[in-house]
Amino acid sequence: MSDIRIVIDGKEVFVPKGSTILDGAKKLGITIPTLCHLDLHDTKMVNQTASCRVCVVEVEGRGNLAPSCATPALDGMVVRTNTMRVLETRKTVTELILSDHPKDCLTCSQSGECELQDLAEMIGIRDINITGNEMSTYKKDYSTSIIRDMDKCIMCRRCETMCNNVQEVGALSGINRGFNAVVSPAFELPLTETVCTHCGQCVAVCPVGALSENDHTWKVVEALANPEKTVIVQVAPAVRVALGEEFGHAPGTIITGKMVTALKQIGFDQVFDTDFAADLTIMEEGTELLGRLGRFLAGEKDVPLPILTSCCPAWVNFVESQFPDLIDIPSSAKSPQQMFGAVAKSYYADILKIDRKDLVVVSVMPCLAKKYEADRVEFSVDGNPDVDLVISTRELAHLIEQVNIDIDELEDSEFDKPLGVSTGAGVIFGSTGGVIEAALRTAYEVHVKKPLPKIDFEQLRGFEGVRAAEVDFDGLKLNIGIAHGLGNAKALLTEIRNGNPRNFHAIEVMACPGGCIGGGGQPYHHGDSSIIKKRMDAIYQIDQDMPIRKSHENEAVMELYDKYLGEPMSHKAHDLLHTHYSQKDKA
Amino acid sequence: MAVNTELTVEKFNELEQYIDSMPSTKGELIRVLHKAQGIFGFLPQEVQKFIAKKLDLSTAKVFGVVSFYSYFTMEPKGENPIAICMGTACYVRGAEKVQDAFIKELGIKVGETTADGKFSLDALRCVGACGLAPVVLVGEKVYGRVTVEDVKKIISNY
Repeated sequence: MSDIRIVIDGKEVFVPKGSTILDGAKKLGITIPTLCHLDLHDTKMVNQTASCRVCVVEVEGRGNLAPSCATPALDGMVVRTNTMRVLETRKTVTELILSDHPKDCLTCSQSGECELQDLAEMIGIRDINITGNEMSTYKKDYSTSIIRDMDKCIMCRRCETMCNNVQEVGALSGINRGFNAVVSPAFELPLTETVCTHCGQCVAVCPVGALSENDHTWKVVEALANPEKTVIVQVAPAVRVALGEEFGHAPGTIITGKMVTALKQIGFDQVFDTDFAADLTIMEEGTELLGRLGRFLAGEKDVPLPILTSCCPAWVNFVESQFPDLIDIPSSAKSPQQMFGAVAKSYYADILKIDRKDLVVVSVMPCLAKKYEADRVEFSVDGNPDVDLVISTRELAHLIEQVNIDIDELEDSEFDKPLGVSTGAGVIFGSTGGVIEAALRTAYEVHVKKPLPKIDFEQLRGFEGVRAAEVDFDGLKLNIGIAHGLGNAKALLTEIRNGNPRNFHAIEVMACPGGCIGGGGQPYHHGDSSIIKKRMDAIYQIDQDMPIRKSHENEAVMELYDKYLGEPMSHKAHDLLHTHYSQKDKA
Repeated sequence: MAVNTELTVEKFNELEQYIDSMPSTKGELIRVLHKAQGIFGFLPQEVQKFIAKKLDLSTAKVFGVVSFYSYFTMEPKGENPIAICMGTACYVRGAEKVQDAFIKELGIKVGETTADGKFSLDALRCVGACGLAPVVLVGEKVYGRVTVEDVKKIISNY
């Protein structure tokens, strides 16, 4: 047997070479407490800084204690995880971390979700006998999407690992030393002035309240309470498969109907679906893809290919700041959120016969970058934004609780018409591979002029970071690329920059691992990436159960074209539904 | 006369030539920063961004290293930068008193530069000359076993 044999607390276990003591303990069902450690196996992220020292264990024959998360298991190792020395050290280490940590737990954004709080509770810390130097006093950094409160930083470096190694954005680094050490952007600039894409993955992995979303829930409550405003809401596909987790449901539970009822009870005048706008996106993006391909096949040179999807705002930010030479290849189609806003404040405001300024559009998104996106000046008319307020899945859960709704007691309801009508193609936007699959379902039938033999493009699905597949359009072979996680996207973009050797025609990118289902605004997964996979299964299940699964068969979308927009890519569609990108030179 | 703090094209060219002459830039950030500080006298944002681009590193990473080492500075230093070692050995042998004497004599705080640009004052961590504790550096010159009485004399040398 090539496995390594170690003994932990008197129990024997075999682990593969390269495993840590912690891996061995997990296999035995021994729970060694950890804090800085984070192993997101499926996204190949392991935070192994061993900076907190909470997971120390005693190793026979070794003088000092060993951090089990970063110490390789060696053959014949004898480990003890619960000796007096270990317990005392763990307690001291935790007290030291707490000694310069703010004690405002009651009002902290992470209250109830905080891993440091859980640890202190588990160890039973009641007094902190250590009074050290005064802690650092960093100013809070507010952006529309993310708040950094670095006094709460415990230097676990998870955000840094996520930002630099997984997303490869490079916005964060450990700076300074000693008590002043903290994770920060270059020159301690506010996030908005850096290469930060606002993907929110740093927030998703922060164990404490140092990184959190900018909570807009109360602004929504105020808008709802204003009798002069008509307030409508759109809900992104990934929300319905994750919201249940906040109410104790198993990951992957689909609670669309109850969620819609809850939103109606909260007081939204209409409850609409971002899936509608996703179908609309497909009409525009699919047409754009076929247009560019047609020109390319007709022999035209300089056609910007491969076309890149543009639904993901963090991805758009990434291209603008890191690949400015490629900004003419993403689709010019706005994201579904912004298409919804633009249509709501024109077409729908006309139906209601109200001024756009009296219509408040709220989004519920699995994403923090959507807050940033809604704030971009190009998505407003005379200072009035197309999307007024964006709240995350987590914020919606809090709102539901605040207004005394027991979601489990609710009956199901349907989304309202017309902007709540959607297809299976719209819902799969929530998962990696979904946008391009939805686009191909429509592009195939428009191009080939025959119904698809099989609606499901299984070859595009999965969790691999970079995927490639060939799709046959009745003789025309299309090469499709897919990346999720910005680090994977960077690899694919670098390939395009170097001449596109795999001859991709279209590429889908989502910034977050798993796609929107793993977004920075989703319920915390606390390192369990199987949760994201279960949300993915749920997304495809909803698609499977939809009576209509192709965007071009969405009646409400067709009606919008008939009555208002004309054709996809028409002049009016271009004005309302398309955008442009610009180079952003940031630190 | 104050030190020349202009960020001239010539200086950037010199730095670029230095970086381009390296067989590999992997793991060479500190060496490059050292060189850059030698050329520019300090490491302002523009220089750090330039280095990040040349070395294919994030600006945040470069700033992380600059902010970690007390040797590196983002502020222009005086013509004669004075640095007092506050490492353990120097500290227990009276470095703080020596520092106080410099503060009093020059009329500036640690991290500041005199109005005429002639001197700047800094504290740094161990320079590896503990046998000479307490140690004071002026530019590249090392003064060992410095006492409070020596301070005036050291300053008068410049």
